[in-house]
Amino acid sequence: MSATEILALSARAATAAVAAGALSEEELFRAYLARAEDDRAAGGDGLNCFTWVAEQVPSNGGGPLRGLPLAVKDLFCTEGIPSQSGSRILEGYRPPYTASVVSALQRAGASLLAKTNQDEFAMGSSNENSAFGAVRNPWDRERVPGGSSGGSAAAVAAGLTPWALGTDTGGSIRQPAALCGIVGLKPTYGAVSRYGMIAFASSLDQAGPLTRDVADAALLLRHMVGQDECDATSLAFPGEIEPPTAERLDGIRIGLAQELASEGIQAGVVEAVEAALGRAEELGAQLQPVSLPHAPHALAAYYVLAPAEASSNLARYDGVRYGFRAADARDLLEMYTRTRHDGFGAEVKRRIMLGTYALSAGYYEAFYGRAQRVRTKISEDFATAFSSVDFIVTPTSPTVAFRLGERTGDPLSMYMSDYCTVPMSLAGIPAISIPCGLSEGLPVGLQITGPAFSENRLLGVAHALERALEFDSQRARA
Amino acid sequence: MIDRDEVLHVARLARLALEEDELEPMARELSAVLDHIAKIGELDLADVPPTSHVVELTGRLRPDEPWPSFPREVVLAQAPAVSEDGFLVPSPQA
Repeated sequence: MSATEILALSARAATAAVAAGALSEEELFRAYLARAEDDRAAGGDGLNCFTWVAEQVPSNGGGPLRGLPLAVKDLFCTEGIPSQSGSRILEGYRPPYTASVVSALQRAGASLLAKTNQDEFAMGSSNENSAFGAVRNPWDRERVPGGSSGGSAAAVAAGLTPWALGTDTGGSIRQPAALCGIVGLKPTYGAVSRYGMIAFASSLDQAGPLTRDVADAALLLRHMVGQDECDATSLAFPGEIEPPTAERLDGIRIGLAQELASEGIQAGVVEAVEAALGRAEELGAQLQPVSLPHAPHALAAYYVLAPAEASSNLARYDGVRYGFRAADARDLLEMYTRTRHDGFGAEVKRRIMLGTYALSAGYYEAFYGRAQRVRTKISEDFATAFSSVDFIVTPTSPTVAFRLGERTGDPLSMYMSDYCTVPMSLAGIPAISIPCGLSEGLPVGLQITGPAFSENRLLGVAHALERALEFDSQRARA
Repeated sequence: MIDRDEVLHVARLARLALEEDELEPMARELSAVLDHIAKIGELDLADVPPTSHVVELTGRLRPDEPWPSFPREVVLAQAPAVSEDGFLVPSPQA
């Protein structure tokens, strides 16, 4: 098989070729190593999606994912391999252990190919907040790939890895998947262990797959889910994740959330999503409006809850136990404050300040307490909606990929990228983004969400729609 | 909505040094976000219980069985400065 043929294989096809003896694990891995080297050699014209790349072919056992290269977001701890969540403050950190979900995939046979670039501590929607520099979008290198899992999304879209792991707190898998024209799934909260993930907002963070197609997302997720005694919030997944086979949507009731369909959404995005919904109807789905009355308040609640949790989680970075320490401090307090000043980037500092403010004396109930109550109302809205429909569909991102630098000066406009993805995060329910068309030559993502632990049915609907839409992702891989 | 003095107070709570020329931009950016967040003040949330976690958990405990910790040298190997068997830090009172 030529390198071009190898790189064109889906993860499923690659592992089948290895199992059948048509392709060796080493040939497969080396094809991707060479591809990564080409991108690195391109310097400033490259994508900058990897922060670390394997130097040799790892020797791995058998298993259902035998020989498959895997790229994982920098924030997953990997033993002996740099893991710094895109931050200067973890400079030089090489964890003494590996995240549970990465270990599980390695046990299934996957081989670590690369760590991927990301927004610092997963805070951002453009991958411009990284100590490793911005990532470029393979569809248009003057545009952002989305974030915070921007390196994972760009690498998958460009064919630099068969697939990748990301994490999603308010949209950090789904939004970059949408902007890069690939599939990204945020599982039900608790379905995948968070042990060994460098924390951002613990009640929201969840790992998930970024893949070229829906069936590959199902295959990767199959080996990710499960209860872990090292994460007390992880839950046993009921049953197994099965390969999706649905081709029709007969009898499936799809809800259209009015509150997430118009405000601030680009006309080209609305058009592509409506065209995809037309295809869903042709496949037999019934479309009906649903209301999520509190969804317009989700973003405000999220920007209280996530920074509050982050300000607490990031208190551990004090220059004592790992990573960066500011030099020449006169006393302990100055060592803490200078280390944090020099080690954190601007967006992380903003969120720490916001979270600390929201949790400070006199403001707790007005901000954190109220935001937690809004969270309850949002979960209730979804529960009510799912009593009359099976799934809800929205655009994933209100816009297609924006230009590098376009939103860096205005944090609030950056936060609006998460408008359609944050409600599902607050409710802890699964959601998938699939590419549904182009607007101005750039990919548009369609988000489908369902009740907790509906991943198998969700993947089925996404698979049927993907088949009908025939989205062509070839251009990003050229 | 949030002024320079409040920024300094919060930065002290967060153990974060800020330069003089960082105070005004921080105040402005935080104010813009807080203006948006104020939207949740419009809702009637009386009698609505708070959600701290979407997963229903009631103090699930694992069996109390000891397992090995990392050896001291493995943990200390990551530290910016060590002294004998511990982390080395500047004195609290210089």
